[in-house]
Amino acid sequence: MSTLHTVNKSPFERSAFSSALNHLKPGDAVLMIEDGVVGARKGSAFAGLLESAAKSCAIYVLEPDLAARGMGETDVIQGANLVDYGGFVDLVTTHQRTQAWL
Amino acid sequence: MKLGILVNEGPYTHQASDTAYQFTKAALEKGHEIFRVFFYHDGVNNGTRLTVPPQDDRNLQQAWSELAEKHNLDLVVCIAAAQRRGILDEGEAKRHGKDASNIAPGFRISGLGQLVESGIVADRLVVFGD
Repeated sequence: MSTLHTVNKSPFERSAFSSALNHLKPGDAVLMIEDGVVGARKGSAFAGLLESAAKSCAIYVLEPDLAARGMGETDVIQGANLVDYGGFVDLVTTHQRTQAWL
Repeated sequence: MKLGILVNEGPYTHQASDTAYQFTKAALEKGHEIFRVFFYHDGVNNGTRLTVPPQDDRNLQQAWSELAEKHNLDLVVCIAAAQRRGILDEGEAKRHGKDASNIAPGFRISGLGQLVESGIVADRLVVFGD
């Protein structure tokens, strides 16, 4: 029973991202969208937390939102996968449910 | 797969409506069925036909209306949230003695039961908000 967790706020703005990571179960996936993509930035104070989550869960970043914020593949932590909106749809359908951390 | 969409934020203030629109479009392109798009809280502001954004900006209301027409989507605006924010169809305008209605093409006003049904009938319910 895997869950896709969507996070749309920067971890430096709200605690929702950290809460999401605390609720992850093995096999779950995290998708960063909107301002949530900031959390994928490598070298930040948050990167370590996300990298340890990436050991048991898949980490995805919505590429159009990353690009809109001036970032690309080389700016995000290792192990983060970039997806487009079609990839977002696939993640929703391949997980049993979607939890939006608003 | 059958997908339900919930939009909790209005256009332009937050990105939620943009993301929901792009997601819905991508899901339809992949051949999925959109059971319903439910607009709740400030999300009802996506459904007024009186919006006039600058010409070089995206028109979210029009985008939703056009997507609804093309794919026969069910765009539902929560009645209680809509009345508070001045989103009325002809029937509601008449019922409350208002001089105009403003619901956009492709949108309809209904109750929260439609969201509950969407959660039950759709295989997945995807929430977009702030």
